[in-house]
Amino acid sequence: MTDHPTLAFEVNGEARECNASPEMRLLDCLRYDFGLTGSKEGCGEGECGACTVLLDGQPVLSCLVPVGQCAGRRVETVEAIAEKDPELVERMTETGGIQCGACTPGIVVTLYSLRQANPEASREEIRRALAGNLCRCTGYEGIFRALEDGHG
Amino acid sequence: MAERCGSLLEACRRLATEPGLRPILGGTDLMVASPHERARQGRWLDLSCFDEMRGIAERGGSVWIGAATTFTALQADASIRRHFPALVAAASEVGGWQIQNRATLGGNVANASPAGDSLPVLAVLEAVVVLGSAAGDRLVERRVPYAGFHVGYRATALAPGEVILGFELPLPGPGLEQRFQKVGTRQAQAISKVVVALAGRCAGGRVQTLRLAAGSVAATPVRLRQAESAAVGLELAAAAEAAGSAARQETTPIDDVRSTAAYRSAVLGRVVRRLVLSLTPDSE
Ligand SMILES: Cc1cc2nc3c(=O)[nH]c(=O)nc-3n(C[C@H](O)[C@H](O)[C@H](O)COP(=O)(O)OP(=O)(O)OC[C@H]3O[C@@H](n4cnc5c(N)ncnc54)[C@H](O)[C@@H]3O)c2cc1C
Ligand code: FES
Ligand code: FES
Repeated sequence: MTDHPTLAFEVNGEARECNASPEMRLLDCLRYDFGLTGSKEGCGEGECGACTVLLDGQPVLSCLVPVGQCAGRRVETVEAIAEKDPELVERMTETGGIQCGACTPGIVVTLYSLRQANPEASREEIRRALAGNLCRCTGYEGIFRALEDGHG
Repeated sequence: MAERCGSLLEACRRLATEPGLRPILGGTDLMVASPHERARQGRWLDLSCFDEMRGIAERGGSVWIGAATTFTALQADASIRRHFPALVAAASEVGGWQIQNRATLGGNVANASPAGDSLPVLAVLEAVVVLGSAAGDRLVERRVPYAGFHVGYRATALAPGEVILGFELPLPGPGLEQRFQKVGTRQAQAISKVVVALAGRCAGGRVQTLRLAAGSVAATPVRLRQAESAAVGLELAAAAEAAGSAARQETTPIDDVRSTAAYRSAVLGRVVRRLVLSLTPDSE
């Protein structure tokens, strides 16, 4: 059962290894093998975005990524992103971008990634970038402002 | 999926001989299953790293698009933006950003959902699907015109052990306009209610060339051949009316959890009419 080849990849800047089946979801590997519980499972079907992480710098849904496809690649989770950009997280609390918090880790990863790609994203561009991140609580206004208030 | 890469020949050989082994690219269709279902589906073979399935390149009179090209990569590519605006439009409406970063053109076509957004676009662009399989110690290619690729509900021309390597899209002639429209619910939701793609051209106010295809209105994505021939030669406004009503007559959508047949049929007629009407009356 445990003859899976070792998968080596980078998580939040550190080299990590995992012996799981390559069909395992990246989300489960992060949460259960590495204890990185910031990424949440909302739906497990790609619809909600709560499990968003960066794979080689691009936002992806970790519930839909088989860990076998991460070998040799770079994964960043909300834990690392919150450290890199504490102001973004701070602004999310100030603008009312967080209520129950279930969507927040995924939203922070997507917003961070959008700002890397496009530092002055318009409201429309933010809206498009967040199309795959569901928030049932805030109505999104605070989330949009959390990014816009950080524009230069 | 454990072994990253190796040779494509070997991968095709294994797909042909190991029951239960399935190819995977972005996983955005395959991974949407409970762990229990996934365990039953058997094992996956990762094709995402084969060079034979990557890249976008102009070759002679057509553009090659590797099966592993993601919808994000399609939207960013200069050659695709220049020649195939309808494909860019479809790519930007497949799910949300995270999905577009992983979902591939090859996966969309192989998955063969009648609602797949890129499928009607490939139909009107008259793409050729390039397939690969192992024959002894050689990898052989086979070219299937898009019109012959979808053979029934979720059924394709792929033989066991055969994979999609990519697509050849003939360069559109001068003045050929392209349109794409998806009528759905929420952008990031998986399934559309109706998708329509158009490639066409007018001259002197009359429709000269018209190719139309639709998704979610039949068991497979379909070319709307009757709508096409009803419209060609007519003055634009009349052509739009004729195409819209022929499109409704030649398709028999179904009722399902996402929509009703009557709604789909009405929407199809309206979208076809509007898209035809949006052509430039004189493209010279
Ligand atoms: C939240 C969500 C939203 C979505 N929204 C849309 C949408 O708006 N529009 C839309 O069209 N789709 C949508 N999809 C479906 C999916 O994202 C697309 O169909 C996608 O293009 C599949 O590509 P993939 O690379 O992820 O395929 P995979 O999941 O890797 O594979 C899909 C199928 O193709 C087979 N396959 C893969 N590669 C090959 C190959 N080279 N040769 C032969 N067979 C192969 C696999 O075995 C599998 O059966 C959505 C999915 C999710 C989860
Ligand atoms: S848990 Fe991954 S998208 Fe909902
Ligand atoms: S804060 Fe509750 S879902 Fe977004």
